[in-house]
Amino acid sequence: MKSLLGARNVLDQTEDLILYEYDGSVEKARPDLVVFPHTTEEVSRVVKLALRYEVPVVGRGAGTGLSGGALARGGGVMIVFARMNKILEVDTDNCRAVVQPGVVNLDLTREVEHAGLYFAPDPSSAKSCTIGGNVAENAGGPHTLAYGVTANHVAALELVLPDGEIVRVGSRHGDVRGYDLCGLFVGSEGTLALVTEITVKLSRKAEAVKTLLAIFETIDHASQAVVEITARGITPAACEMLDGWTLRVVEDYIHAGFPRDSGAVLLLEVEGLREGVEGQAAAIEEVCRTCRAREVRVAKDERERDLLWKGRKNAFGALGRLAPSNYVLDGVIPRSKLPQALQRIRGIGEKFGFHVGNIFHAGDGNLHPIVLYDPRNQEQFEKAIAASHEIVRACVELGGALTGEHGVGMEKNELMTLSFSEADLALMLRVHDAMNPDSSLNPGKIFPLSKGCGEIRIKKKAGDMNA
Amino acid sequence: MTATANLAARLGGAVGAEHMIAAEEELAAYAVDGFVPGAVVRPTSAEGAVEAVRFAVAEKLGLLPLGSRSKCEIGMAPSRYDVALDMTGVREIAHYDAGDLTLSVDAGMPLRELEIFLKRHGQFLPLAVPCFESTTAGGVIASGIDSALRMQYGTARDFLIGAEFVDGTGQLCKSGGRVVKNVTGYDLHKLLIGSLGTLGAITRVNFRTFPLPATSGGHVASFANCEGALSYKRSVEKAGLPLGNLEVLSPEVSRMIRAILQKCEASVPGALERKEWHVYSSYEGNEPVVQRISRDLERIAREAGAAHSEILEPAADDSLGGMLREAYEWLRWAGPATVICRLALPEVTPGILTKLSGFMDGELVRGAFLVRAMGTVYFAAVAEEVTEAAAVAFAKIALGAKWVAAANNGHASLLHAPTEVKSKLALAPESEKEFAFQQRIKLAFDPSSVFAPGRIVGGL
Repeated sequence: MKSLLGARNVLDQTEDLILYEYDGSVEKARPDLVVFPHTTEEVSRVVKLALRYEVPVVGRGAGTGLSGGALARGGGVMIVFARMNKILEVDTDNCRAVVQPGVVNLDLTREVEHAGLYFAPDPSSAKSCTIGGNVAENAGGPHTLAYGVTANHVAALELVLPDGEIVRVGSRHGDVRGYDLCGLFVGSEGTLALVTEITVKLSRKAEAVKTLLAIFETIDHASQAVVEITARGITPAACEMLDGWTLRVVEDYIHAGFPRDSGAVLLLEVEGLREGVEGQAAAIEEVCRTCRAREVRVAKDERERDLLWKGRKNAFGALGRLAPSNYVLDGVIPRSKLPQALQRIRGIGEKFGFHVGNIFHAGDGNLHPIVLYDPRNQEQFEKAIAASHEIVRACVELGGALTGEHGVGMEKNELMTLSFSEADLALMLRVHDAMNPDSSLNPGKIFPLSKGCGEIRIKKKAGDMNA
Repeated sequence: MTATANLAARLGGAVGAEHMIAAEEELAAYAVDGFVPGAVVRPTSAEGAVEAVRFAVAEKLGLLPLGSRSKCEIGMAPSRYDVALDMTGVREIAHYDAGDLTLSVDAGMPLRELEIFLKRHGQFLPLAVPCFESTTAGGVIASGIDSALRMQYGTARDFLIGAEFVDGTGQLCKSGGRVVKNVTGYDLHKLLIGSLGTLGAITRVNFRTFPLPATSGGHVASFANCEGALSYKRSVEKAGLPLGNLEVLSPEVSRMIRAILQKCEASVPGALERKEWHVYSSYEGNEPVVQRISRDLERIAREAGAAHSEILEPAADDSLGGMLREAYEWLRWAGPATVICRLALPEVTPGILTKLSGFMDGELVRGAFLVRAMGTVYFAAVAEEVTEAAAVAFAKIALGAKWVAAANNGHASLLHAPTEVKSKLALAPESEKEFAFQQRIKLAFDPSSVFAPGRIVGGL
């Protein structure tokens, strides 16, 4: 590898490798080698070399993922895309940009905002997560409520297959010939191919934005307001909820202006033409008041708006002050079932002895219950995992899904059978094997390992890969 | 017993005789590109579809799943077509959560019925597709036909949230789910969009639904030439107005629309009387939003030097919007013989349209253009007679469209052509590598190639 990429682009010392055994999840797995290619051809060569030594390969962006997608579960070579971070082309006329996978999400928006454009997917980690990672996980964010997840904003991809071959799928226009391979690859969690170039669709900034903070005495009132807003066909650009416990922690840390004595707040945003925004904001305010909101505030200016969003986006960081670690869960429920879901989560928390916080994308039913725990306390850690499984199970029972934006990874692969039958998984596995027959790429993810169906086949040959 | 009767009898034994259609005159109605199947199964449940597929797999037959058959000519002729699987008998609404704006519906449900159902709840599906009266929920996905509302709502890929289907091993499978946000497992349902029945028999589709807008508006600006029309279209796109549709009509297309509307005694927008290039915009929202967009469009049209600018009366807007939604349908019957190509381009320039026109032999065929927002071009050529010379001219046009698209970083597909023209076209996949990739997908879904082999260019 060193002769292929140069010694500066290869890490093989334990003290370096341990930095790459983590991501944003509670999981841990150490790669045997970390490499930093600069070009698609280098990625292809790395993959071919790894194949020759029969060691697995895993791609990694910024490692902000929350399901262990970027961890080397089977050891082997980790390809970190940090140095493939160039914006290759911006076509403001046709709202397209071509980027390398290591480009940081927010950097693309900064590059194009002079032309009134932006890249719509906005995960909370937008300041550090990469677009390659967004593609692998089909990342979401607060504004996906109105604008859709990453898949809706990707037109074409360049891929390196597990055998090192380079292929392009999709088209600059966005429409495909034959099967929609681009649609398949976005969200395949790095288990089918490595993404080396992305053609994204850029969106036009709305001329008017209004940010509202609706304050409720109880979380039930707040969730009822979400149900009502959705049912009345009002689609805000974002609709986020913070429960009272969480917002007090956030307020102590960030001073965003959240009322410390409330039961829950909704952070809502409406965008569009000035004429439409006024009406939408008024309709939302009316619904919130009907659902017994104590107060509905409208952000007066850009500064106040930024502060409210800062509170939301840094909430998980704020919670870090309370416990050594926190476990952010991810599940989806039909929006009409929001009050029931929150009640069940509360019950599950009580059963396991945790206070479960809630900061989440209420508008699209994407829950993020958060469990505070100490990872050094094995019993507590196991309880946290058990509680999370029960919460996910509750989501599925309510008609929802295992994950809305964090991915299955190695966090929920054993839970896949809650949502999918043996036939469903068998077909997904055939698609996996069609692309990645030896599971040499990102093994041990998505598919359950316990039932034989997703058996990881990691062949690892003794030998010095540094040769 | 003839081979056909024999097949029908054995298939009837597997799926139940009451689900069989075997009369010869009825079979003819299931012909695809001149190929008539030996038997038709019309199940009333997903399990019935499973039985039919299992039978076809065991007997090594070619099976083509179909809805209302309004668009089954899209794609190439199937290389093996023994059994038609008519899904129009599987047509229940399986699940509807109005409060969550999610819907799960059987493949055979017609979009028109679905529209009526959703309207009662103040919602709709933004699938403004041709043959709307008959098209089924499964068929619209399998055909991959694009919606006139894609500018605002995207394509089916953006709001199809899950699907159930019979795969090529005869198993009922699903992917996705019934919630609006979901990244669990591979999005196999996205592969079904435009798969032309070659990956599986769709039995159910799940959608995100949308609230019906309070009101809508329409505007037409007219220009002396295509340069003016395309430049105005560009200015409108840059203005960032939330339009549902934005379409450029060549004078020939406008003439055809006018003729059809007059024949139906429907309201004709005054602008269409002018023999010019027209640009139609449709939009929706509350009253102030609609008024604002109308005002902005009038201003942009003025600044672009439009010869004429007109805010449409609701009746005229309805009829023009409806005609544009149905463009594929009436274009293909616009003459005794027609070819329709669809180009997907990063950018549409007057030069591209001129180049395309150059492939037309004015003596034999006349051409028409419809340029939809975001680089989609419908390019139709009409001949007054089906002659050998016309077939040759058509083949030249189809290949020319493919060439022009490729030269401009896009691609073209053939939506409609007489069978004799299709058989003249030895279309090769545009990228060998991508095709090899697609073959792997086909094999994973359908290992014994039971589903409509040959329908996708290259022979999938």
